[in-house]
Parts: sequence; structure tokens; C-alpha cells
Amino acid sequence: MKGYLGIDVGSVSTNLVFMDENGEIREAIYLRTRGQPIFVLQEGLRQLAERLPGNIVISGVGTTGSGRYLAGIIAGADVVKNEITSHAVAASTLVPGVQTILEIGGQDSKIIILRNGVVTDFAMNTVCAAGTGSFLDQQAARLNIPIEEFGKLALKSTVPVRIAGRCAVFAESDMIHKQQMGYSLPDILAGLCEALVRNYLNNVGKGKEILPPVVFQGGVAANAGMRRAFEQALGLEVHVPPHYNVMGAVGAALLAREKMAGGGTSRFRGFGVAKTRFKAGGFECEGCPNLCEVVEITREGEVIARWGDRCGRWSNSLGYKENAV
Amino acid sequence: MKVTFPHMGHMWICLAAMLEYLGVEVVVPPPTSKRTLTLGARHAPEFACLPLKLNLGNFMEASELGADTILMAGGCGPCRFGYYAQVEYAILEDLGYKYRLVVMEPPQRHVGELLSKIKYITGHSSWWEVVRGIRFGYQKARMVDELERRAHYLRPREIHRGSTDKAFKRALREIIAVKHPRDLPQAGERVRRIMAGVAIRPRPVLRVGIVGEIFTLLEPFANYDLERRLGYLGVQADRSIYLSEWINDHLFLGLVRGLRSRKEACRAAPPYLNHFVGGHGQETVGSTVMYARQGYDGVIQLLPFTCMPEIVAHSVLPGLSTGLGIPTLTITVDEQSGEAGLMTRLEAFIDLLARKKGVV
Ligand code: SF4
Ligand code: SF4
Repeated sequence: MKGYLGIDVGSVSTNLVFMDENGEIREAIYLRTRGQPIFVLQEGLRQLAERLPGNIVISGVGTTGSGRYLAGIIAGADVVKNEITSHAVAASTLVPGVQTILEIGGQDSKIIILRNGVVTDFAMNTVCAAGTGSFLDQQAARLNIPIEEFGKLALKSTVPVRIAGRCAVFAESDMIHKQQMGYSLPDILAGLCEALVRNYLNNVGKGKEILPPVVFQGGVAANAGMRRAFEQALGLEVHVPPHYNVMGAVGAALLAREKMAGGGTSRFRGFGVAKTRFKAGGFECEGCPNLCEVVEITREGEVIARWGDRCGRWSNSLGYKENAV
Repeated sequence: MKVTFPHMGHMWICLAAMLEYLGVEVVVPPPTSKRTLTLGARHAPEFACLPLKLNLGNFMEASELGADTILMAGGCGPCRFGYYAQVEYAILEDLGYKYRLVVMEPPQRHVGELLSKIKYITGHSSWWEVVRGIRFGYQKARMVDELERRAHYLRPREIHRGSTDKAFKRALREIIAVKHPRDLPQAGERVRRIMAGVAIRPRPVLRVGIVGEIFTLLEPFANYDLERRLGYLGVQADRSIYLSEWINDHLFLGLVRGLRSRKEACRAAPPYLNHFVGGHGQETVGSTVMYARQGYDGVIQLLPFTCMPEIVAHSVLPGLSTGLGIPTLTITVDEQSGEAGLMTRLEAFIDLLARKKGVV
């Protein structure tokens, strides 16, 4: 069987998908990155190799996410793309005609606006926790509710409580207050969903024209309470696509297929890289007062990539070309 | 007297040329670096904008090299830049630095006001010499601008990654080395030859205009080397203001003919922004309109965090972008900004432009 590999290395999770030639997602793996992107990526590749039949041929590899360059080096990528483009490609393939993508992950969130299948605008939030999944995680932990139950319970609410959602810290004290006033748990949970949606629409979604079809993806899309809160706030139907939590990886696989359509052989290093010794090291360059923290990736002791230098002194000296990836 | 001045991109080349030609001892601050920013940010008010913090850092580092006099441009209008020179001076005094401050206010009526300030610094020079010195500095600014434009063209087309930047550095050294106006033409010839040596291949490129606050536009440290990064992403960048244009507009009162000037940009701003809002707010809007009319693929606005004029412009851009069909991206810069998030947004924006144009 032939197919494409999509890899999304984010700060919270590392996702891998295997897509066959017809665009079917055959395998999807979701792992926690836990600050060890290289190790987790190798682990993911190992698991994937186990699950796939032995006669598998990887015709192309795409990487995305904040660790896309790292992943590209380790796995041998044919295309390295930013998260916005990857998510947009995935959503518009799975939900043709999509005009708005709402994406909320564990530690970031974004909105992507498409018209006629092309991204026309986007915004990202990478700084404020109140607009991301970690906001719900924290509050669920406070309330002693498994995050998986969160959505189901929230749906039982009849009158959601209004909770101040501008900042995660204030939201928490407001929620404790509402709890003490005796509001029911489902109403509080639904209130939290509404607070997050309000925060998202006011910050990330500010000034954006949200038109249907609307797709909601990212890890938080698992939460049915969030989906309902979005539908109510927007007055529109909100689709949660299959593979909503690995859309970045799906997009990367699709982009790899697009790239390889013109022919050529993949740079994929093979599943054997799971056993190769990679190391991410680093040093502080003292060439000038910028004191860049240069990252250095070695494979079996040999330096294969460097970045983080402002002036290109270290990265250009390897002859490694970003645009070649 | 050892004169220093704040960094703003390659401005130091032209200022040093002028002052040294006039026999003034010059201390060029070390290139703006993280250390500059750390020093400046530590002693500046937190909500001051990035230019102030970096300038302050420049002065502290120049003082370590023995500078004792600051030469700085003033400003006008609602933007804070008008009193930056004084604020920075006051902070330096509080910290115990012994500096003398000379502010070159933009001349209100005629160039004579500027001349007399420069004559004050040079002391004994004759008027005639002062004029020649200014001309020398200005000619260098023109050469550097020309060189930058060339690099913008070459970068997205170069065959070997980094070859444009290498040539650029060599060419810049040629310009810096010139000590007398009569040697400029030969240096210009050498610069052209160096740049002609960069191997390129024809390929479709995107054209993106960069607009925004002047300091952030001109200082690569403040804008994360935006032009270079764009070049590497296959984009031919253009900047709405080059140094020589700024000098002509603000210090020569538009005396030099045939240069792009802020007046055109301001004329293009209505109906999106009808008034002067301080700083370069109106130019930002007007230049975006002009880029749209010239068929550019997109525009990037540089906004120093808390910069009022650019915030006003920013609020106008979405309507303009839809109205004229030109995508825009605003990049906010301050000492806290993360580089990784910036690259993601930049790459996504360029993908957006490429897919729109169909040159994936
Ligand atoms: S990598 Fe370049 S910019 Fe960074 S500290 Fe070293 S010499 Fe300076
Ligand atoms: S234009 Fe903006 S960044 Fe520049 S000095 Fe004024 S407020 Fe600061």
C-alpha cells in the first residue's frame, strides 16, 4: 500500500497520520509532546510502523506545527508548512466550501477565513491562556470533572451561568463565587464554555466576517458543550469534522501529496529513524552581543541542522537550505 | 567632543560620513543587539515604544566607547517622538551619564535652521563645507538605498541561499570606506559589480510592500529582519520609506526633486484616513492604497507595541483591505514578541498570497 505521512509537532501534542492515495486517513496517532519532541516523534513513528502493514510505501511526508522544522529534519520531509495553511487545507478538503475555521487547541487558538477555497485572513492567539483549551482543563480540574465528561454535562444545562472570561485568573475566582452561590454544575460548565467562546470571538475572531459553513476543530472540538456555545453565539450550524483533533497532520499529509504529484522520490528517512540517535543540543553564540541561542540537531553524532542564529552565521554554514525542504 | 547618535538601520553610515567629513569625532554605537534592548528596556518606562528603548540602549553602549554628545532628530505632532530626545536625556542624566544633547528639530520654514545646528556641532567649519558635508552624507544614503533595493530584488531569485546577503555586506563595506565625495562614483561602480555577481534564476515572485512606523521599518533588529525573511520566502519586498526619502521629506523639506515623498502617500490616504494622526499613521494608510493600485500582492504593517499613530492606521486597514482587495498583515513588535509565532504568521500570510495568485 502506498500513502502519505502527515506529522504535526506542537507544544502540547504530537500527531501523526497515514493517508492512503485516495485521501483516506488509515491511521492516526495522538501523543503528548511533554517537552521531548524528538523522542515523542520517534515513538510515534515506531507505533505507526507497528500498526501499518509491512508492504507500506511512503510516497511523501509533510510536517507542520511549531516543531515543523525539527520534525522535517528528523523524518525527512518533502514539505514543511505552517499550521495555518495545513489546517486550512485539511478543513477545505474534508468540508468542501468551508468559509470559516475555528480552531482551539490546548495552548493556542486560531481563526481562519477562506473564500472560494483560498485563505483570505487569519488570526492566532498564542499568548492568552483564557482563549485556549487549557482554560477548560484548569477549571475542569478545579471542579474535579474528567475533561471527557465536561461536554456531556454542559449539554444538560438549561440556564448557563454568566462567567467573566476575559482572563483565566478572573474567570476562576468568578466561577468559585458562582459555585458558592449554589448554581448547578451543568449550568456552570455551560457558562465556562460560553465564556471561552466569548473570549475567543472577541480576541481571535475580532473583526472577522464569520460565514457558513463553519468548521470547529482542534482538541477542544471534542467538547460538545463548546460546539453548542459556538452555535448559539454565532447563530450558525457548526461542523466538527472527523479527525478534528489531528487536522494539522491531515493537512500536512495532503500537502505532501500535492507536492509529490509532480513526481520525484520522497526524502523520507524510513521508519528506521525511530532507532537512530538524534540529539537536540544548543549553545550560546558569543559572536556578537545578540548572544543567540543556537539550536543544533545531531544524528549519530553528526550535525545535520542548526537554527536560532539571527545572522545566519551557523545555519548557512551547513549548506542546509530551508527552502529545499 | 565625541558625537554619537541613535541607530536606525543604516543611517549611521550617512551621519558618520557627514560628521567625519566635517572633522567631527564620531562614536558609532555598537550595532543594535539584544544587549542594547536589555539595557534600554531596563531603564525606559515600560509602555514607551520600542524605538525609545533601543535608542536609550544605543546611548548607553556608545557612552562605554567614550561618546559625550548626542545628536538626535526631534519631531512634531501628537506622536511621542517629539519629546523622546528630552525624555531619553533625562533618563540618562538620572542614571549619571554625562552627555550633551543636540536636537535637530525638523526645520519649520527653511533648511537654514538645520544647517546652523550642524554648524554648531562642527564649530569651525565654513557654511560651504557644512553644505558639502550634508551632501556627502546624503549621497551615501542614496547609495545605500539603491543597494537595499537591489538586494530586495535579488534575494527571492538567488540560486545559493545567503549569497545576496554576503554580497550586500561586501558592497556596504565599499560605501562605508569612502572618505571623500570624489571617490563615490568609483565605489558605486564596485558596488554594482559586486551585486551583479549574485547568481539568480528567473522565477515567479510575490511582491509585498512594507509600511508602518519609520524606525521599525528601517531598523532590521526591530523588525526581525523582515526584508531578509521575506526574500527567503520568495518575496520581493519594497519599503514605503527609504532613508534618503525620509531625509528629503523631513530635513530638506522636499528640496530634492524626483523622489517618492510622504505628500503622495498622504494624498492617497483619504477617504480611509483624512487627517494627520501623528507619526506615520497617515503615510501607512496612504502607502497601502498606493501599493494596492500598483498591483502589489500584499502589504505588511509594522506596529511598535503602544504606538498610537500606527494603531489608528491599523484600525483602518481592514476596510481598506476589503475595499481594494489587497491582503494586509499587521506585525506588532516589542521586547516581548516571540519569533516563532511571527514566522508562522508570516509564512501563512505568504502562502495566502501565493495561493491567491496561483503561484504555489
Ligand atoms: S549567531 Fe550571529 S547574530 Fe547571533 S550572536 Fe552569533 S554572531 Fe551574533
Ligand atoms: S510613531 Fe509610534 S513608535 Fe514612533 S515614536 Fe511615535 S508612538 Fe513611538
